[in-house]
Amino acid sequence: MNWIALKMLMGNRGKYFGMIAGIAFASLLIAQQASIFCGLMLQTSGQVRDIGGAEIWVMDPNVRFVDDVKPLSDTDLYRVRGVRGVDWAVKFYKGLARSRLEDGNFQQTILLGLDDATLVGAPPNIILGTLADLRKPNAVIMDLEGYQLLWPGQEPHIGKRFEMNDREAEIVGICRASRTFQTFPVVYTRYSQALQFVPPERKVMSFVLANGQPGTNPQALCRQIEQQTGLRAVTQNEFAWITMWYFMGATGIPVNFGITVALGFVVGTAIAAQTFYLFTLENIKQYGALKAMGAGNLSLMGMVMLQAAVVSLIGYGLGVGAAAWFGQMSQNSGSKLAFYMPSVVLVGTGLAVCLISVLASLLSLRRVLALEPAVVFQS
Amino acid sequence: MSKVEQQALVSCRGLVKNYGTGNAMVQALRGVDLDVYGGELTMLVGPSGCGKTTLLSILAAILHPTAGEVWALGSNLTALSTAKRTAFRRTNVGFVFQQFNLLPTLTAAENVTVPLVLAGWSKRAALDEAFKLLDRMGMRERGDHLPGQLSGGQQQRVAIARALVHHPRVLVCDEPTSALDHKTGTAILQLLRSIAVEGDRAVMIVTHDSRIFEFADTIASMDDGQIMKVERDRTAFVALSPPADAVPASASSQP
Ligand SMILES: Nc1ncnc2c1ncn2[C@@H]1O[C@H](COP(=O)(O)OP(=O)(O)OP(=O)(O)O)[C@@H](O)[C@H]1O
Ligand SMILES: [Mg+2]
Repeated sequence: MNWIALKMLMGNRGKYFGMIAGIAFASLLIAQQASIFCGLMLQTSGQVRDIGGAEIWVMDPNVRFVDDVKPLSDTDLYRVRGVRGVDWAVKFYKGLARSRLEDGNFQQTILLGLDDATLVGAPPNIILGTLADLRKPNAVIMDLEGYQLLWPGQEPHIGKRFEMNDREAEIVGICRASRTFQTFPVVYTRYSQALQFVPPERKVMSFVLANGQPGTNPQALCRQIEQQTGLRAVTQNEFAWITMWYFMGATGIPVNFGITVALGFVVGTAIAAQTFYLFTLENIKQYGALKAMGAGNLSLMGMVMLQAAVVSLIGYGLGVGAAAWFGQMSQNSGSKLAFYMPSVVLVGTGLAVCLISVLASLLSLRRVLALEPAVVFQS
Repeated sequence: MSKVEQQALVSCRGLVKNYGTGNAMVQALRGVDLDVYGGELTMLVGPSGCGKTTLLSILAAILHPTAGEVWALGSNLTALSTAKRTAFRRTNVGFVFQQFNLLPTLTAAENVTVPLVLAGWSKRAALDEAFKLLDRMGMRERGDHLPGQLSGGQQQRVAIARALVHHPRVLVCDEPTSALDHKTGTAILQLLRSIAVEGDRAVMIVTHDSRIFEFADTIASMDDGQIMKVERDRTAFVALSPPADAVPASASSQP
């Protein structure tokens, strides 16, 4: 019966492509919007993930996300170092600095200060210059996009100078960094150097970055640090998620994307269900004839569901493929669009398409199952 | 052999069929007894709305009567469950429709395979069988055509091949010639006759077309839900034809 069901389906080009288009449209919209959403969320936490080398972040208990810096006092560093199981712990500065360019323009930049001795938290992906040069006086490493923002149209080159807090900074390296949510340039420097790039404050240390001794469970060590210091300690991954959840809760982003995804789902379901129902109605005499000739309800159900499954699978493939292609194209073209398609997006879109195809075939199934074989003789 | 001695392939006793309930109830059959024999072509004739299609549907096990019994090939159809009746039709009944009802996106040969596929045959084996049958009907070279590319008479031949391919003992046809011109209709009737005789099949035909009465072995005339007369004498068939301008039904049986 299966080949008959498929021939019925594919012989009717108009309806066949119509249903595929409906499902492809829904998958495209759902997968694409969900991927942009994931991309944005990833951006919010990009700064956390970009800080390499430390598995534990220690912070003030009131910190809600990575940009919400509440400075610690220097003694906190020693208290963290004193916790059993902590292998090492270093200072980390994160703040906003005002850069002044040669032409007198100002630009906010994200300033990151790495521990002078170890440079823990250094950018993972330096594309120009070397990390060691960060030890030179006034040395900074800037992310590529930030450089292009400050000096549009210029090839990045080492030795470029600008000012922060009336002190000269010299670029000794260019790195790649995750795009930040605020889209400010990211500037890496030594901790002690960072303090000279911002106005003096009483407490300056933003975070303590720490690692456990080999074999310690990071989560357990976090609880240990929290108990002993009264600070908040989380793993890097946890902090990334805390940051993402903060943005999801504090902004309308999920609602906005949710609405578009829901719209794609509803419109896709409507198109697919309607076209599929019309297709079934068009064939209702044939189904009646099949019933008269002795096709049972189960095999007719199988036919309808196979047809729905086939258009769904093709539509899903086209839609998700188009979404991925769109993401790839926008990345290749250097657009600023946030786009990240994790497998959970594919699975989620797949589930949505399954639901669409079930909803779409329900109407048709009802119609076919309720069909009396005697209708074949009614003209 | 006298028909009285021969066992009927399909027979019914006291068939009643009501459609709807209450004031809207229509009595389509009001107590019908009929015997249909193998090797014969039995025609059900009568004015529009007299219950011919209803009777044919019940005899073909696609409709359940309100009262009465149907026996076919030794089983009591009225006592079977829906699933068993479906299975009965699958193996024992072939259908020919007025509008052919071929699947438009399947080729002629593929359409013929449908009953075999329903019986669980593989596509390949079923297609072989279908082509053999089409060959015997002089339709082999049309096997790969879609129904839309065939004439009405060719489509009806394909439909008859589909009704025959699984060798059922009972063939039911509702107005098989009314979508065809007279010459084609005559050819179709000749085909159906030979099918009845060769396979000792019971072929039942509902028709309005008095010009094909001559092909019948038995003609059951119906009116208002009852069988008025069962005529087995071929010389009397001509008299059954209504005058050309006859008013079809009694007023009461009009829907
Ligand atoms: N599904 C149905 N629901 C209600 N009434 C019906 C239904 N099918 C048939 N009838 C009624 O039952 C009566 C007999 O109908 P049937 O179709 O058996 O007549 P027929 O002899 O085949 O007529 P025709 O020659 O016009 O095809 C008619 O009055 C018809 O209106
Ligand atoms: Mg009729």
